[in-house]
Amino acid sequence: MQIDIKQARSYYRQMLLIRRFEEKCMELYGYELIRGFLHLYIGEEAIAVGVMDAADAADAVITTYRDHGQALARGIEPKAIMAELFGKLEGCSRGRGGSMHLFDAKTRFYGGIAIVAGGLPIALGMALADKMMKRDRVTICFFGEGAVAEGEFHESLNLAVLWKLPVLFVCENNLYAMGTALECSESEQNIAKKASAYNISATQVDGMDVFAVAKSAKDAIAQIKKNNSPVFIECLTYRFRAHSMFDAELYRDKAEVENWKQKDPLIVLKKKLEATASGSQLGEDELEKEIALVIEEAVEFAKNGTLESVADLEKFVYSPKVQQ
Amino acid sequence: MSEIITYREAIRAAIQEAMKSDERVFLMGEDVGRYGGSYAVSMGLLEQFGSERIIDTPLSESGFTGAGIGAAINGMRPIVEIMTVNFSFLALDQIINNAATMLYMSGGQFNVPVVIRMATGGGNQLGSQHSHSLEGWYAHITGLKILTPATVQDAYDMLGLALKDPDPVLIFEHALLYNNKGELDKQAVPIPIGKASVRRMGKDITIITYGISLFKSLEAAEILSKEGIEAEVIDLRSLRPMDDETIINSVRKTHRILIVDEGWKSGGISAEIMARINELAFYELDAPMQRVCSVEVPFPYAHHLEQAVLPQVEKIVAAGHKLMEEL
Repeated sequence: MQIDIKQARSYYRQMLLIRRFEEKCMELYGYELIRGFLHLYIGEEAIAVGVMDAADAADAVITTYRDHGQALARGIEPKAIMAELFGKLEGCSRGRGGSMHLFDAKTRFYGGIAIVAGGLPIALGMALADKMMKRDRVTICFFGEGAVAEGEFHESLNLAVLWKLPVLFVCENNLYAMGTALECSESEQNIAKKASAYNISATQVDGMDVFAVAKSAKDAIAQIKKNNSPVFIECLTYRFRAHSMFDAELYRDKAEVENWKQKDPLIVLKKKLEATASGSQLGEDELEKEIALVIEEAVEFAKNGTLESVADLEKFVYSPKVQQ
Repeated sequence: MSEIITYREAIRAAIQEAMKSDERVFLMGEDVGRYGGSYAVSMGLLEQFGSERIIDTPLSESGFTGAGIGAAINGMRPIVEIMTVNFSFLALDQIINNAATMLYMSGGQFNVPVVIRMATGGGNQLGSQHSHSLEGWYAHITGLKILTPATVQDAYDMLGLALKDPDPVLIFEHALLYNNKGELDKQAVPIPIGKASVRRMGKDITIITYGISLFKSLEAAEILSKEGIEAEVIDLRSLRPMDDETIINSVRKTHRILIVDEGWKSGGISAEIMARINELAFYELDAPMQRVCSVEVPFPYAHHLEQAVLPQVEKIVAAGHKLMEEL
């Protein structure tokens, strides 16, 4: 397999950024500088990075409460995300959203929807708007396999196909909906197969392999644009860390976690490169240094950020008065 | 120039005009197209505007209401029709968790200019799952605007105002009002969202109401007038935001308050109105405030039972008498 070293390096850098950013988040959580729920994406980085590589700036992204990975891969500045986690005015949601609700108009990042499957109907509407206005755009909708048990998942898949909407559904199947294993919640555990019942083009992809994800997402977006119909990708992945900071992980075997760590997307990428004898060109050490700096800056930025005045507490419950 | 049309026709006319003047406006919901709308509001619109803008949806309230929200944040001005308020509960996740919060939790980045219309209220013998008046319950939710047009003019005006509003607006149309005829002046300047209307002037008591109960209250006021009690009747029009100023001005004038609401008392909008008057004008009151609301039962089917549940003119008159008994 021919690998573009520049591309590989870029993927590796983005995945490493997510990994180190979230490790830092966990550390800061320990110092109580970050509070609330903190759902880490560690282990699943290849999905966000691979899918975002396929997306245009004009496309829209909507995701779940486990949203740091997609936000970073989409290009929201690390310092704006870190400031959000610190609850600062300079955060990408002004400190109003927190970890689960990252938003960014510039990169068309529509959250951070923390009700499982709640983002799917919104993705439909965004795509419907694009279709009605004849805009050549795709809406990319991330969700976990837990969403498959929700009614909104089924309503949304049906409507997306029925109305031929340009939506890329990306199911991040990490095998556990919080602590409930897939086999305890789904009658059909092959999610792509289940989705196929809605007459949607659906495939499974190795979610630990960034190249495979990127290719699958690129093919899917091309297909969406060509056929004017949605596409479904199920990315098989695993969450290396606990569900959130409050999770003692009683529901899964440590050996299972260790086994999946062998498929770490960073390792998978490195092995692929080594197989082509380009491993040395990755420049890991440099990347580590550069990313450490980015994160350090982000933390400093967040620490020095502004606490929004309590006088503005009620701002943005409704839109500011506008001239009509 | 004014005309006499039905409440249903007024809403239809407002939708037509909005769709003609703004390409971003579209209507979607169950049976809004080929069927013509479960209350025939959208009859003929499919033929006029085509299936791309008059969109029949499957029975997926959460799916299509969420799609309305998504379309709104992506530049459209959708009108989502939900058959009745009871069905809207299938879409509560979208309305409450997404539409009402998006602007706030995005730090002001994404407003949601969606309009969601639904039928509300009892009186058609539709039983316990099609008859409730739960607009007051929605009025609990910050981030939403809750409109309750009673008159034909408001049915027309409020849709236009809702579509111009940058935030999510829910419009509750009482199912028994659709056939009501009334005057519509399309040139009239609409009363803004959040402003109540004094529909009858009076000096002795104030009846605060909205929706279909406005007409029962006005009828009761005429009966009371013959007995020498002059009731002022306030049509709230909007339950959120609520027009405290108009309410309090009337309290200062009559000092006796009666609230008429087809919703239930417990935790209802009538309780909220009383609480506001208590906070803002307690010492203006000459008598304990009174309420005429629906009896706290799920709605029964049998006609005589359903009528016994609902606020009625005679109950309002009796409550008016009780208010005047206090010194």
